[in-house]
Amino acid sequence: MSTVTATDHAEAGRGRGLPARAARFLALPAVGPLLALLLACVYFTVRTDRFLTGANLSLIVQQVMVVGALAAGQTIVILTAGIDLSNGAVMALGTIFMTRLAVSGGVPGVWAILIGVAVCTAFGVLNGTLVTMAKLPPFIVTLGTWNIAFALTHVYSNEQTITGLPKSLTFLGRTFPLGGTDVTYGSVVMLALFAVAWYVLRQTAAGRHVYAVGDDREAARLTGIPDRRLLLTVYTAAGAIYGLAGLLLVGRTSVGDPQAGQTDNLDSITAVVLGGVSLFGGRGSIIGALCGALIVGVIRNGLQLTGVPSIYQVLITGILVILAVSVDQLARRRRA
Amino acid sequence: MKRDVRASGHRRRTGAIVAVAALSLVAAGCGKGAKGSASGGEITVGLITKTDTNPFFVKMKEGAQKEAQAKGVKLMTAAGKFDGDNASQVTAMENMVAAGVKGILIVPSDTKAIVPSIEKARAKGIEVIALDTPTDPQSASDALFATNNLNAGILIGKYAKAAFGSKPAKIAMLDLNPGITVGVLRHNGFLQGFGVKEGDPSVVCAQNTQGDQAKGQTAMENCLQKAPDINLVYTINEPAALGAYTALKAAGKEKNVMIVSVDGGCTGVRAVQSGQIAATSQQYPLKMATQGVDAIVDFAKSGKKTSGYTDTGVTLVTNKAQPGVDSKDVQFGLANCWG
Repeated sequence: MSTVTATDHAEAGRGRGLPARAARFLALPAVGPLLALLLACVYFTVRTDRFLTGANLSLIVQQVMVVGALAAGQTIVILTAGIDLSNGAVMALGTIFMTRLAVSGGVPGVWAILIGVAVCTAFGVLNGTLVTMAKLPPFIVTLGTWNIAFALTHVYSNEQTITGLPKSLTFLGRTFPLGGTDVTYGSVVMLALFAVAWYVLRQTAAGRHVYAVGDDREAARLTGIPDRRLLLTVYTAAGAIYGLAGLLLVGRTSVGDPQAGQTDNLDSITAVVLGGVSLFGGRGSIIGALCGALIVGVIRNGLQLTGVPSIYQVLITGILVILAVSVDQLARRRRA
Repeated sequence: MKRDVRASGHRRRTGAIVAVAALSLVAAGCGKGAKGSASGGEITVGLITKTDTNPFFVKMKEGAQKEAQAKGVKLMTAAGKFDGDNASQVTAMENMVAAGVKGILIVPSDTKAIVPSIEKARAKGIEVIALDTPTDPQSASDALFATNNLNAGILIGKYAKAAFGSKPAKIAMLDLNPGITVGVLRHNGFLQGFGVKEGDPSVVCAQNTQGDQAKGQTAMENCLQKAPDINLVYTINEPAALGAYTALKAAGKEKNVMIVSVDGGCTGVRAVQSGQIAATSQQYPLKMATQGVDAIVDFAKSGKKTSGYTDTGVTLVTNKAQPGVDSKDVQFGLANCWG
């Protein structure tokens, strides 16, 4: 393979002095998406004085918290070279369980939440089992469970939006003041979720194994990594995270909405890809995925503030996705 | 180790390329957009529709744009990605509030789910007016400008009854979606106008179409399998009606079956002209938008909010008028159609 290239890069990356240090900084996986995010922020700050305010920034984080949380689960699945098309639908099913049990089932809020999260986790186990035991491709497995979760959501909700939720369910939508700005608890929970996920992926053996399995499953297995158990754990954890995303959604909208989450699977993949995480697995940072989700949120908010119709946000997102994947492909070709 | 080293090289480039690309794209995307935010005394009105693609909402947006121009105010628009996309409407509403709009006109995608967000906006002193579709409860919005959908249904029900007289009817009902108010009102209106109760044996088939042409066709095909002698078809809107017509034609039954519908879009009225649809109840999205913009401009200037329900009217359009049922001809329908 390309020993020469590796040596070249090694020299560039390991050298001393300012340029080399700058190069090392830029080489951090989340830096590209972070820069893109900052540039978008700078752009909108220049265009309108309503963008860079505490209230507006807090609003943007609040607006991306659901897709952001889903993207965290999506990231760990994609890092193993998998994909999860079911996450939005699974989340919606979780929220319908939570809200319906609490509103018309007389179940205390805490238990309703736990059952909702358990339902999502069970879907994670189902996805993981089918991928590892039945050895089906993740795309097909989650295409199937997406439809199953979607149908169950509509059957169980009777196609009705559930309203009149108790406060014990919507607490994540409430706010606390932070330096004169109202911040929702949900935003903090989402950021904490990313902090935990980042720590686990970077600093623990299990986290490093996720990267190893995603990069080359066979090689990882030969070095003694229990690949099946790891994959099952990843899909299960992702399911639990979708449950948490559901709780965030309930807090944000104060209703149980059977129509929710229909495009969230693709939106979460968009965030992950914009975050520089490779769809081929094994490469990328979960902080990048957070930046990816925020990029979409910033563009949507900024365009609205400057009076540009929302459809242009979709257009720009589409172009950015293709760019991000092109960059990833380019990188892979140079590696090979 | 080797992997890490190799990775570092491309990531530097990745970072640079993505960053530059993002900037240029964002710049390109907004280049032709508006200048700055809604500040400095200028009145801004927000309009949130269900989708960007349905001609009904396109016409509504056009009407609002024209009226905003005439009144010298700014219009901000947004829409969901699909019918029923509550999350996008919530986000758009929040962003419009952040942009400093005086009032928001909204066609709620989910009549219940949008309510908490409307309450938040109203608590900030913003006038929120529902267009086309009432919120649930209706009092959640300041006012409602909409078609009386029960009336729209009654008109085509009466028309069909007058045309059928004492001839026994076998009815197929191609509905919207369960639980959506507009669909329920039109459905009930049709039955009331035709003079039968829900569950009457003359209704031999009822299917959901989501107002979609392809789904309308499938639904009609299935209904014909169930009851080949259907002779009257009620459809929630004209796309569903045209889907039904396609199915009937394929079965060679289009001559003996009457289709009645609701909407009054230009495609639909032309289908009335060519005889594919017997009669349709025409509604007026342009009026909803115009009156909505006017109401918010009034509020911005005088501080007085509009309240209650304003019926924007509905007219039966057909070329085969029936005695005792008020209607207008296709010429009128074409002059007032949308899409």
